[in-house]
Amino acid sequence: MNPKKLLIPVLAFGVVLGIYLSARSRFLSQLPASGAALAPDFSLPSVAGGRLALSAYRGKVVLLDFWATWCDPCRDQIPRFVDLQTKFGNRGFQIIGVSMDDGPEPVLDFYQRFKMNYPVVMGNAKIGELYGGVLGLPIAFLVGRDGRIYAKHTGATDISVFEKEILNLLQNSAPSNQSGW
Amino acid sequence: MNGVLNHGKRVFAWGTAAGMLVSTVLAYQANLIPASRLIQPDELVKVLQSSQGEKPVVIQVGSHVLYTQAHIPGSEYIGPASSDSGLQQLRKRVESLPRNRSIVLYCGCCPWSHCPNVKPADDALEALGFTRVKILYIANNFGADWVDKGYPVAKGD
Repeated sequence: MNPKKLLIPVLAFGVVLGIYLSARSRFLSQLPASGAALAPDFSLPSVAGGRLALSAYRGKVVLLDFWATWCDPCRDQIPRFVDLQTKFGNRGFQIIGVSMDDGPEPVLDFYQRFKMNYPVVMGNAKIGELYGGVLGLPIAFLVGRDGRIYAKHTGATDISVFEKEILNLLQNSAPSNQSGW
Repeated sequence: MNGVLNHGKRVFAWGTAAGMLVSTVLAYQANLIPASRLIQPDELVKVLQSSQGEKPVVIQVGSHVLYTQAHIPGSEYIGPASSDSGLQQLRKRVESLPRNRSIVLYCGCCPWSHCPNVKPADDALEALGFTRVKILYIANNFGADWVDKGYPVAKGD
């Protein structure tokens, strides 16, 4: 067999393989290393004044709690979240409350009465949509040190579930160089 | 002096317990709505999509932030009926309607047993003499029991 006749198929195969490998590499680089999605960044008004950006907490394990003052299961969870913040705050854990109340007045009152020890921002429809639709409360997202969402809990959730997941993320999710925020 | 203090503590404890009991009763008040006044999501979809008969006035009595994200097309936002201002808005909206007008109330903010809005809204319309009121039964929340089921949804104000 004439080796020259093999040249074109081999060359064509090489080109196709090159294109495939290049495309695959680009595709894989866009995927989160863990398979978890990046938590969408936001900047929202804090009930305590000023604005709060999620990106400011990169490197910490973050519990994003979507709640409202009129939501009973949400209210029931707040004292337990205060305890979690106290327990794990010095280990790189931060809770951020996202209130879905229609206005800040009841939230500020609640914040002070319940001595909440973590920041609370005023949410809106846009952030709800960013997080896949917050169409029922409470909804909580656990974000790792790398800014990725590792868990989502809809409805009242036993605090022991959060505690287990937080401990796991504090120990295992390393900060990532891949910029999502 | 100690007797007075102890008596005060007892009164405080009983007051706290009574407050918790009232709070618990209020929290589960949606469960007090009789089944005959409920309408299931699939039933409402059929009513809204039917080309026959008068369409009900559909009123959302929950949070505006949730309404803006997703609501039943054609439904009106009134405000949370657990608040006085929400109830006032509701009464104002329906005051000119005939008392036999078909009305559907819904919220979907929370699991049914914890919804603080539907029962006060239902009570208000009953007190005003409305005879054809139905409450949309949303077991978990509007996302899970309406949006995720693929039922019609509108966004915005």
